Amino acid sequence: MTSLHTDLNRSNPTFAQRMLGISWGLVLLITIVAGFGILILYSAADGNMQPWGEKQLVRFVIALILMLSAAILGVYYWFRLAYWAYMLSLILVVAVDLRGIVGMGAQRWIDLGIIQLQPSEMMTVALLLALARYFHHLGNEDDLKIRFLILPLLMILLPVALVLKQPDLGTAIMLLMGGAVMFFLAGVRLRLFVLMGAAAGAAVPIVWRFLRDYQKSRIYTFLDPDNDPLGAGYHILQSKIALGSGGLFGKGFLLGTQSHLSFLPEKQTDFIFTTLAEEFGLFGALTLLSLYCVILVYSFAIALRSRNHFGRLLGAGIAVNFFLYVFINTAMVTGLIPVVGVPLPLISYGGTAMLTVMLGFGLLMSVGVDRDVRLNRAGERQPD
Amino acid sequence: MQREVQRNRQFSRRVAVLAGGQALLVAALSTRLYQLQIVDSDRYKVMADENRVSVRLLAPPRGRILDRFGIPLADNRQDYHLVIVAEQAGDIVATLAALATLIELGDADRTRVLREVRRKHSFVPVVIRANLSWDEMARIEVAVPELPGVSIEQGLTRHYPFGVTVAHTVGYVAAPSEQELTGDPLLELPDFRIGKSGIEKSQDLSLRGTAGTRQVEINAVGRVVRELARVEAEPGSDVVVGLDSAMQDFVTRRCSGEQSVASVLLDAVTGEVLALVSSPSFDSTLFSSGLTRTTWRQLSTDPGHPLTDKVIAGVYPPGSTFKPVVALGALAAGVLTPETAITCPGYLQLGNAVFHCWRHGGHGTLHLRDAIKESCDVFFYETTRRLGIDRLAAMARRFGYGSVLGIDIPGERPGLIPTREWKLATTGTSWQQGETLIAGIGQGSVLATPLQIATMVARLATGRAVVPHLVRDAGVMPQGEDSPARDFPSLGIDPDALALVLDGMKAVVNEPGGTAYAARITDPGLAMGGKSGTSQVRQITQYERDHGLRRIDEIPWKDRDHALFVGFAPVGAVRYVCATVVEHGGGGSAVAGPICRDILRAVQQRDPARRVPAQPSAAQSAVSALPSPAASSSTGG
Repeated sequence: MTSLHTDLNRSNPTFAQRMLGISWGLVLLITIVAGFGILILYSAADGNMQPWGEKQLVRFVIALILMLSAAILGVYYWFRLAYWAYMLSLILVVAVDLRGIVGMGAQRWIDLGIIQLQPSEMMTVALLLALARYFHHLGNEDDLKIRFLILPLLMILLPVALVLKQPDLGTAIMLLMGGAVMFFLAGVRLRLFVLMGAAAGAAVPIVWRFLRDYQKSRIYTFLDPDNDPLGAGYHILQSKIALGSGGLFGKGFLLGTQSHLSFLPEKQTDFIFTTLAEEFGLFGALTLLSLYCVILVYSFAIALRSRNHFGRLLGAGIAVNFFLYVFINTAMVTGLIPVVGVPLPLISYGGTAMLTVMLGFGLLMSVGVDRDVRLNRAGERQPD
Repeated sequence: MQREVQRNRQFSRRVAVLAGGQALLVAALSTRLYQLQIVDSDRYKVMADENRVSVRLLAPPRGRILDRFGIPLADNRQDYHLVIVAEQAGDIVATLAALATLIELGDADRTRVLREVRRKHSFVPVVIRANLSWDEMARIEVAVPELPGVSIEQGLTRHYPFGVTVAHTVGYVAAPSEQELTGDPLLELPDFRIGKSGIEKSQDLSLRGTAGTRQVEINAVGRVVRELARVEAEPGSDVVVGLDSAMQDFVTRRCSGEQSVASVLLDAVTGEVLALVSSPSFDSTLFSSGLTRTTWRQLSTDPGHPLTDKVIAGVYPPGSTFKPVVALGALAAGVLTPETAITCPGYLQLGNAVFHCWRHGGHGTLHLRDAIKESCDVFFYETTRRLGIDRLAAMARRFGYGSVLGIDIPGERPGLIPTREWKLATTGTSWQQGETLIAGIGQGSVLATPLQIATMVARLATGRAVVPHLVRDAGVMPQGEDSPARDFPSLGIDPDALALVLDGMKAVVNEPGGTAYAARITDPGLAMGGKSGTSQVRQITQYERDHGLRRIDEIPWKDRDHALFVGFAPVGAVRYVCATVVEHGGGGSAVAGPICRDILRAVQQRDPARRVPAQPSAAQSAVSALPSPAASSSTGG
């Protein structure tokens, strides 16, 4: 019965145990990367903490507290909150359409006074939560038949359509891919993926009609970047110049010419990776990518170690989603894929992105803290 | 349980697949970064520099033009001018209209600005007005916020301390014309001026200097962020000319009494031009700041042709000043000896034509020396008849007539020495012997510039093919030392013949009966020799011969004779030659002679070292004050 005692403790840890259960190594890694980000924001502002670095630091501290709070909160609470979080995010996305303000040519923000909230970003986490709960609920017995997939499909496509209408291509893609990853992790048969892929292909012409001109031109530009070097191709060309001229070790901290002379577009947000790679070279870029990879491995380990399906799905979903952010952003600024507005997680200047990513990691850590908790189909704790 | 284990396995498998896919994507990304940052890095580095670095030109200050003592004849003065940059201005017409309410800005200026704006790159500033006064600057400074693209810039403008005095020699500068734009961006700079005449033009390339560059870092919108490197412009080289500005000033003042006159003073040994005056003149400064239409019209329609340098581009029948050449031609050809006697009855009959001597009653029998001294026309009619036109022409060419001398300022004209061949080619009719006789007294088709006349005497005095020039080999000599003599080739003429003719010319001035005896220099040791000439502008009619010549003030100015004189000094060792042509001035010895006398006396007094050694000299510095020309211009008759 000694084992029962420990099992009970492990399935229902005390506050101190929960604190100890937090993956502090991951917290450290995240802090290092965010610190790196603030350093680059300092450089992007010509060696000033204003206007970006200081704000970003404050946001990080707030987000850190939020993350740790989310980690302490038991995974079963998150299970219960999942659909509510999804509903709240959906309402906020709709609210953006109704009374959003125009920012960067797209209506994406809700001004909450302290922060301009971007609900579509919150939705990326909320969607993962909701899908993890759904697939957990589906349980062991049910084979993943198509009829069980209609509801989660709607859960994905509804916000995608709303976000696309804003229009925010980047976030829509993130939602779509996040959803697909959850389907894959949940064990949906591969042939169903083929089927959905075909359906998506058929939907391309319809989606194309939703795209704004600037989005179309970005895709055109991606297909032929030299076509319009002073128009839409300008950004990606300047980005490549910045990266290329950085060389192996870069031009040195605060010495990037492309970023400081404003040749780089969005040097503090979507193109911040370029600012980094110009000043720190290939060495700096690969160092950052390595840090991201270590975070990723850490995240997968946490997900795989979880003994409840909800936690596993949520953890792996968050990890893959994080990777997708990193990859889409870096592939975009290096000209591998078309320019879509996706921030570089933990680095790009922006409040919502920081909160969203940190909240995601909070959920992941909560999965780690409650790794030994077993949940039944209703999400209730079960003894072994 | 079985199902759950199976599901866990499937989950782990799928996580592994995703992780593998991610590893592949990270590998692709790393490869891409390697390609951009290592393989293609050099190319992108160049592009980054092209992005940010812009090269701006720095205009070199133009070199000065100095006289032989180093006194500037042309230099640069700081001034403030108003410029407009088209790409910052927006509506240029409106801006100019607004400016016109603040400062005086004529329609012509506005048209010019608009034309230049069209012609130049839109980022090149165009000068609206140079030489702003303090008052104008104040008014504009206040209004600058409402005048987009307009600014006040400091610049250098060409300044000519001697103004009209040296205008023809020094020349002037102005903005390059459309034809002169070579694509060199330096020429497009707003206040860049190039030489348009005189030394400014002939020495333009060395005066210009080399443009400097300023490498500046610009940001994405083209604003200069900082200067990266600066190569200062190399100022143009100073050009030293042989002019003596004090003599130039003296000659100008001495000639100012005449309506239209050309006078040149040469150093016969070095060929340097000491003074060159063509009067009336113009103010070079007017051109560098932009000429108004009215001024231009005045200058171009003035009957005195102020824009023409008459010393090099005025062509006149040389008249009797041509006779020494005839004499040398005849001596060389052997048709005349110093002892040959010719009788002058006052005219010479050739077929049906009668050729008159200037002295009604004739000179009686004379030899060459007296013929030169008294300038007997009949003696030279007969000599030329024996010599023939072609041999005369050949000798004239050796003295520099009939072609440009190659002086180092543009605009020189060749004059004309007629030959049989020339007559046939240009008129289609054959040469008449009468024309030979007329050529013998420097009339008819013979045309020469004052510079050619002076050069002829310099060559005669030295026996060498002296070439007059302005740019000085030796540079500045503050004490007025001479340039090393140029090694001009010998003319190959018998020195005795030269000495004989020179002696005749000495007699012209210094012996009673000489045509210019009244214009002699009486100061001991400063004596000059010379030859007068009076060239007809209009044929003397038979009526006038019968009823006596009209008094000069009865003839309209345009019809009066040109007065010519060429003098040299000192007679013992010729150093200076002065030729003067007074257009429609009347008699050469009476009008042009005294001018040459005063100039030659002044230049010798100015330089005590060159007086004939035996003579005591008053203590005078090299740059001594010159006597006022008015005080010494009393003509002897």
